[in-house]
Amino acid sequence: MAQQAWRKIRMLVSGIIVGVSVLTTAIDRLASVTLVTGRSMQPSLNPEGGSNCDVVLLNKWSVRNYEVQRGDVVTVMSPKNPQDEIIKRVIGLEGDLIRTLGYKNRLVRVPDGHFWLEGDHHGSSMDSNSYGPVSVGLLQSRASHIIWPPHRLQRIAASLPPNRGPLDDEEEEG
Amino acid sequence: MFRSVLGKTLGFVGYTVTYGCFAHCAFEYIGEFVLCSGPSMEPTIVNHDIVFSERMSPRLCKIQKGDIIIAKCPSNPNINICKRVIGLEGDKVCTSSPSDLLKAHTYVPNGHVWLEGDNLKNSTDSRIYGPIPYALIRGRICLKLWPLHSFGSLSERPT
Repeated sequence: MAQQAWRKIRMLVSGIIVGVSVLTTAIDRLASVTLVTGRSMQPSLNPEGGSNCDVVLLNKWSVRNYEVQRGDVVTVMSPKNPQDEIIKRVIGLEGDLIRTLGYKNRLVRVPDGHFWLEGDHHGSSMDSNSYGPVSVGLLQSRASHIIWPPHRLQRIAASLPPNRGPLDDEEEEG
Repeated sequence: MFRSVLGKTLGFVGYTVTYGCFAHCAFEYIGEFVLCSGPSMEPTIVNHDIVFSERMSPRLCKIQKGDIIIAKCPSNPNINICKRVIGLEGDKVCTSSPSDLLKAHTYVPNGHVWLEGDNLKNSTDSRIYGPIPYALIRGRICLKLWPLHSFGSLSERPT
């Protein structure tokens, strides 16, 4: 009798260990979900503000080689606070020339291994316009879908906001 | 017969996935083995040394001045760099070389660290690319494993 109970306990414990490892690996490498707080990505994310926050699906697999496109909404670890994960849109990639909004330099060439991030709501966003180009090594995931609330179920499109994006070299001011 | 082959294949796949996940959790949350290359940390760590890097200290924000860390390279996320932490956020660090008459200093911004290799003459570090975000730090090197004659904990910064 005692042996059977002991077997059951061992099976339960090993089941829990396997379950936790597989779940942790899936969350770290495949995908996870997160609640979006803050207003920096309005109106694309959280248009209703604090009362009804969006829940988004974060795709980690697609950024395993750090490949992103301009217009993608991504999450990165904040360069200002290593505990914070922030969600912004990719405006420029390495080599792009960006006309900044309120940064210390009016024109910035994005260095190698960096990208330029901006929140869609420029007035309420701490982004590259505050702290400059962000190292791509801080990239965590790409936000692919809004999954809650149900009336906002949609794919998050990779599109640059109007008038935000890299400049062609011809437009560079003298 | 087909059912038994299918059963065995699924069992094999199940074991591979399970042990793969165990390995991921171990390397991600406990520690990993690192083969070091390059001269920038001589004499503390030389080319082809194997070290053990623990992954918990950066996650718990327990990296201290003087620690040797592995971080993602700020200009290329696909490679890793191994340097010593010289300054934490708020610290004043000297950016001029010892031969300069006028000393230049800078303060490490919030959320960043200042890294330098032990081999100052042959190291590309924060003196070139500036302070790096703390969140790029991957692990803290706590033990040298190979070569055996220098097995053990790593020495302090050479003066």
